[in-house]
This record gives sequence, C-alpha cells and structure tokens, in this order.
Amino acid sequence: MEIKKPAAAGTLESSDCQVTVEAGSGGIEFSLDSAVINQYGNQIRKVAFDTLKNLGVNNVRLTIVDKGALDCTIRARIEAAVYRSVGQTENLPWGGAIRS
Amino acid sequence: MNPNKKRLRRTMMFLNAQKPGLIKDPYIYKPDSIMLDLEDAVAENQKDAARFSLYHALRSIDYRGCERVVRINGLDTPYWQEDIRCAVAGGCDAVRIPKTESAKDVKTVENAVVQAEKDFRREEGSVLIMAAIESARGVMRALDICESSERLFGIALSGGDYTKDLQTHITGTGVELMGARQNMVIAARAAGVQCFDTVYTDLDDMEGFRQDVETIHLMGFDGKSIINPRQIDIVHEIFTPSQKDIIFAEKVVREIDDKKAKGIGVFTVDGKMIDIAFYDGAKRTIELAKASGVYKGDL
Amino acid sequence: MINAVGRDIPEEILKRTGKEVFQGVHHFDGHVYRKHGPLTQAVINSEGSKLVDSIHDVLIKCGIKDGMTVSFHHHFREGDLVVNMVMEEIHRMGIKDITICASSLGKAHDPIVPYIEDGTITNIYSSGVRGKIGEAISNGKLKGLAVMQSHGGRVRSLVTGEKQVDIAFIGAPTCDDYGNCRGIGGKSNCGVLSYAMVDSLHANRVVAITDCLVPFPNFPAHISMTRVDYVVVVDAIGDPEKIATGAAKPTTDQRKLMMADYCTKFVVNSPYFKDGFSYQTGVGGASIASTISLAREMKERNIRMRFGVGGLTKPMCDLLINDQVDCLLDTQDFDLDAVESVKDLRHYRISAGQYADPFNKGAVVNKLDFVILAALEVDVNFNCNVVVGSDGVITGAQGGHPDTAAGAKCAIVIAPLLQGRIPAVCTEVTTVTTPGESVDVVITDYGIAINPRRQDLIEAMKDVDLPFKTIEELRNIAYSIAGEPEKVEFQDRIVGIIESRDGTIMDVVRQIKPFEFSEE
Repeated sequence: MEIKKPAAAGTLESSDCQVTVEAGSGGIEFSLDSAVINQYGNQIRKVAFDTLKNLGVNNVRLTIVDKGALDCTIRARIEAAVYRSVGQTENLPWGGAIRS
Repeated sequence: MNPNKKRLRRTMMFLNAQKPGLIKDPYIYKPDSIMLDLEDAVAENQKDAARFSLYHALRSIDYRGCERVVRINGLDTPYWQEDIRCAVAGGCDAVRIPKTESAKDVKTVENAVVQAEKDFRREEGSVLIMAAIESARGVMRALDICESSERLFGIALSGGDYTKDLQTHITGTGVELMGARQNMVIAARAAGVQCFDTVYTDLDDMEGFRQDVETIHLMGFDGKSIINPRQIDIVHEIFTPSQKDIIFAEKVVREIDDKKAKGIGVFTVDGKMIDIAFYDGAKRTIELAKASGVYKGDL
Repeated sequence: MINAVGRDIPEEILKRTGKEVFQGVHHFDGHVYRKHGPLTQAVINSEGSKLVDSIHDVLIKCGIKDGMTVSFHHHFREGDLVVNMVMEEIHRMGIKDITICASSLGKAHDPIVPYIEDGTITNIYSSGVRGKIGEAISNGKLKGLAVMQSHGGRVRSLVTGEKQVDIAFIGAPTCDDYGNCRGIGGKSNCGVLSYAMVDSLHANRVVAITDCLVPFPNFPAHISMTRVDYVVVVDAIGDPEKIATGAAKPTTDQRKLMMADYCTKFVVNSPYFKDGFSYQTGVGGASIASTISLAREMKERNIRMRFGVGGLTKPMCDLLINDQVDCLLDTQDFDLDAVESVKDLRHYRISAGQYADPFNKGAVVNKLDFVILAALEVDVNFNCNVVVGSDGVITGAQGGHPDTAAGAKCAIVIAPLLQGRIPAVCTEVTTVTTPGESVDVVITDYGIAINPRRQDLIEAMKDVDLPFKTIEELRNIAYSIAGEPEKVEFQDRIVGIIESRDGTIMDVVRQIKPFEFSEE
C-alpha cells in the first residue's frame, strides 16, 4: 500500500497512542515517544514494523506517541491511520492484511 | 442450537470500543457480558478507527469468560455492514442490533452475519444476535422480533430513545417504562428468549439503581444493561437466589430426575405436588446460584 | 558483595561510604552505641533577642563555609519556600560543596537544580526526590552521592552522628523572638513539626525561619527555644495552597474501590483485627478508600481501634471524630482536616524519631498491627521499589515505607497490577527500597498474594472468599497482558544509594543510559 495523504489515529489518553503516517522517502522512518520506552521500546517497534509489513506498507514516515498502549492498540491505531491515508473504510481485509 | 443462547446474562456492561483504557480489562469486574459499542459512544469521525480497535481487542484480549457482544451502528447508517464484518471476523459472540423495529431488521442483520461467518470461516450459527428495542413501534412488535430468528437470544429495552418516542422522559420512577417493560418481558417469555432492561444513568443514585433492579428482577427480566462497573455487584446480589429457593430447586431437580428415571410421572416436593414445568425454572435457579458463588451442592 | 535482598553492592561504594551491606531487617536488634551530641553555644546574657535580620546574616553568624551540611524539613510539602530561599543565598555567597540533608525534597525545589549543576550542592540526603532534582541526579549532575533514607533511617543517622548537620533551618509556622516554634497557626499552618524536632536536637546550629512572629512565649512549643540559636523573619515560608489541600474526594474509580474492598476484607479476616488494634495508611486513592470501608466494618462489628499513625488524612481523623479510635499519633498532615484535627486532645504529635527510628529504644512503628502501603513495583520476592521510576529516574521517596513495613505485624501493599503498561508485580524490581522480608501481602486488582514466609496468614485466610494467587501467578498475568518488560539499562556510574533504615546499603542507583533500539 502507498501512503496517499498524511493521516493520524488514536489519542493521548492513558493506554492509547497517537499514530501519524506520512509518505516516506523510500523506506520506513520510525519515531517513538513513550514513557515505557525502556521496557517496551523494542517490542513497540517490532509490532509497528510487523503491522506495516502485513499491510504491505514500506515507504512511510511513522510517528507514535505512546501512552502505555498494549500491542493490540498499537496495531489498531497504525492500521486506522494507514487506511485513513488511502481513504478506505469498507471491505477491509479483516484477518488478511489486518491481523494480530 | 448455539449452546450459549441461554447462558446467564445478569449484567451487560457498555464499553466504548474506541477507548483502549476501557476495553483492556473489564473482566476484572466480572460482568456476565460486555457490550463493545460501535454506535452511540463512538463519534461519527471515529467510526473507522473504532473497528480496528474492536477487531484487535477481540482477537488478542482474553476476556476470561465474559460474553463479548458488539453493538453495531443502525441499519439506517452507512456503517453497519462493515461493523458486522469486523465483529464477526474478530470473533465476537454476538451482535446487538440498535433501534430494531421489525422481524425484517433482524433478518437483514442475520443475512449479513451468515455471509460474514462464511467469509471469515467461522462456524455457521456461532454468532448470536440480540435486538435492542428503542421505539413504540418496536415494543408493539416485540413478539415478532423475538420469533424472527433462531440466532436471536434476547431483546433489550433502550429507555432513552423509547421514552422520547413516547413523548415523555426518564423520570427515575419507572412509570414511563411500565408498558414497554411489561410488553417486552411477556413477548420474550412467550418466544422463549431472554429480556434485558435499559441502563440506569444516574451513577450517584445507587439506592435508586437498586430499586430499579429489584423491580425488573421481580418483573421477570433476565438482566440489566449497565454503564459502570460500580453497578455490577448490586445486580448480581439481587439476582442471587435465596437459600430457601436453592434448596427447593435442588429438591425439584433431584425428584424429577429420579422419578423420570423410574418412569413415574407424578412428582412431590415437601409434600406439594409439582409438575414438569417447574424443572426449567429450578435448573435456572441452580445456575444462578452457581454463578453467584452461593451454591455448594453437586448438581 | 551480595546483600540480603540479593543485590550486588560494589566494593567501590562500600569503601567510599564506609557502609556495610544490608543483612536483614533485624540484624542490628540489640545494637549498643553512644548517641552523638551537637555543638551547643550557651546563651547566658539576658539582653536582646535571637532575631537576625536576614538569611544572609544568619548564614554569616552560623559560620557558613564550603563543605558544610545544611538540613531542612518537608512539612510544607510542595508549598515549601525555605529550601529555595536558603540555597539561593548560599549560592549567592559563592559557597561550594554543600550537602543538603532534608527529610524530603519535591518538585517545589526544582529551582535548586542549577546549584547542583554548578557545584554549590554536591551531596543530597533525603527520603526521596521528585521532578527536576531527580532528573539531575539520575543524569549524573550531582558530583557526590544522593543518599535516599527512610524517615526512621534519617533519624538514626543523625542520632548516631553518622550524618552530622552543621546548620538546621526550620521553617516554623509560628515562632517567638527566642525560638519557640509551633507547627500550628500562622499563614503556613502545617500542624506538626515532627521531622524538624530531630534536627533541632542534633544539629550544631539551629535556625528558625518564620513568617509569623508571635509574642514570647509561643507555648506549648513544638520545638523549644532551648535548642534554637537564631530566628529569622521572612515574608513567606510556604504557599498555604500547596501545604495542605482540601481533603481528597473519595475515589469513584471502581478499580481502586475493588482493591480497597479486598484490603478491608483481608484486614477484618486477619487475626490482628480485634478490639484495640492499630493501623496506618497512606494517601493514595485505594488507601483512603480502604480506611473508609474499614471504618464501616469496625462500626458493624463493634471493633475499636486503639491508635492510628500517620501521615494523616481526613478519613483517619474522622475515626477520631466518630469515636472509633482512642488516639492518633501524628508525624505529618496531608490535608486541612488533618491540620485542624491537631487541636483535638486525643491527637498527639510525635517526632520522626518516636515514629520510626530503628536505633532508639523502640519506635511506634513496632507497635503497628497493620500498615497499608503503595509501591511502584513489587517483585516475586516481595521486595518493593518506591523510589526509582520505570524510566530509571529517581522519582519517589522511601518515606516511612521500610520503617512501617518492618514494624507492622501485617504490612499490606496495594497496587494496580498494571500501572499504564508497566507491571507492578515483576521478576525483579529496578531498585529495592523495602525488603520482601517485611512485606506480607500484595493486593492488586487481579488478585492477592500472601508472602510464603507468612504461613500463619495463609492459614488464616484459608476459607476467606478473596481471589488469592501466588505472587508468581500475579506476575505471569501482568506479563501475559503487557508483555515481559525489558530491564532499564543504566551506565556504570553510581549516583545514589538506597540506605536501609539501619544504615546499611539496600541498593545502589546508577546514572541512566539514553534508550536505543536494539539492532535487528
């Protein structure tokens, strides 16, 4: 999937995260701001890259401001942002490109 | 029949499917069911994001035995079909239809659910349906709705919209809900499905809440929709059968099992004649007692 | 050298501090020593008063010089202005290499961070630090060491002379011109002066700073003129709004209420819950809620409390008002209701020494039946961390945590299993402040674990309907939800020590290392 326009999803409430995607410059640019980066920074990065891989996104600038979100929330927010960027809200590939 | 159709549902806790902080561990409060909401709780511009949140919550969070019901958006919106696909793919136990007015509404949703079960390789019939009734028309057609689908496990009154339709409002006394409650619980019983009462929104008035639950318990309702974990214990307490009822129910079950095995068709408990119609009720009492943690017997 | 909680304390730090490693809670029971006495300057001349014009002048009179130790109390909490005004003057005078010995420091003291960076302040003794001071220490800005002491441990270090204070600055809500200080009255009313009582006994010079000078004699004095060298009057010693706030509204958060209910149910089913029991609790939402629900149970079961200890808040003072407790022993007041309650004749002020010093001839904490505590982390050995945050930065205080846990017959820690994403129950805490040996029960929203060292409590709870689990089970649940946390990485440099209440080393705190993603 190609990131068509900048998009965001999620909030800055506790247990949530705010994800922003923008078109990249030929790869995945990842930035993370999290109070739990010491404990879960590597895990969040792994989940983020895995989610992008499932979606077939490989040219993106991905920014996550994390407020202690669990992995399932991080996946959900990235997917929401990516599908917003391409404007698709129906016939989504549940269990396909969108998976845990 | 889906074995979960008649499961115990004393409390169904509403949770905004879009709020990670709410949906991550509601099971610690031990409601019988949770209702993950895609409808009213979710802002119009977050309908899409809520589905991803719902899907992954259903897939990855272990709700430890709580039934997971998803409230989809109304059939008059552009959202409900994708809501069903998402909920079914995620593995929900049931779908709740808002603003149900006819058997046709249920059929419409059922068809979409059947399709989604096929699309996402779920066992046919694994997803149950419940219908929320929110209008005078819906109340008048309650029996039709109850009998519309083998998947439908029950109906629920949604008091806010219903009272608006009736040109009144929630008073706290329950007087405005009398007719709907009575009509719906009778229809549900006639059709052999469950019936759930509307939410009580004043969280500061726990005494009013208690009275409300006592009323609907006596009316025959199976459970109550709740909006805060604080309300759970009160409902469960009121739905807990008394020791006297439990002992009687235990005797009824044993007597009927025993006599039937011997081919005898006349049953007596404590010197009173009882008939087979007591059996289901007695079984239900034992189930409630077990769920309430007050049954120590071996039935 | 490995200590009794399994922490490896480097030789380097043992040599540098002359301390031993922690060897168990009761290791020093029966220890004999001679108390340290301060230098005392006699005042025989009956002319004049002890009033001095300014902080500057009093520093000169006290002979301030490089390398001295100055002490402060924290009764004004986040409203304290004394530390900043004294340190600002010391800094202006160009004095270097000062050791601060405070009963605690908070965010109110962020303004002294530049003095840490420029070498005015090189060592800090405190119950804990928060805000920017914690960040500065954890980033290696303090040239010497930060020594985190419990309230009882601080008293011990002053009484034994291990830590000697050159000048004690005592913010006094009311004071007369001869140095009689009271914690009550004035603009910065904080109720009691428990921590400062100890400083007044053991510092070489004692300076009272007040913004409410009253006619002599300011009696009954909480700190007597016989221990005070000088009195300075300033415009304001505290911000009343931040000293004691209105009582916190009881929580409506069901998670906290549920943990409070578990706690109360545990307490009432334990063998210590009987007429004449004693109790202490903290200021967290769940602690306050458990005091409220305990009061209800006491009333229903007709059980009376003999004494309550604190760190007091409204729910504890309500026990006094409702005649459910014989008396309260007070070391600190957290809200206006507690400050007001000090006037009650059954509300006794005690010094931090009476409260918790492990080296006196028996402290109040030793007579506690229950203490209800919080923690940032508890590990599977029941060791608690209340000082170092999940980011490795010092961000909390020992307070009376290790003192009350050691003293109480039943020390209960309440913590939500996940604080955000961080598991409160883990395999190994980042830093040990309270040894698992003195922690008996951990109550979380997911279940309750009793320390296996307490088979008696396990037996007593056999038929109690509470969600009991092992501590390992709680950890496993936390990890299954949040994932297993990686350990915070630190640099080698030791920036602080966690001093056990007996003066030995419980743990060390190292400089933080900026996070980097591991390569894959």
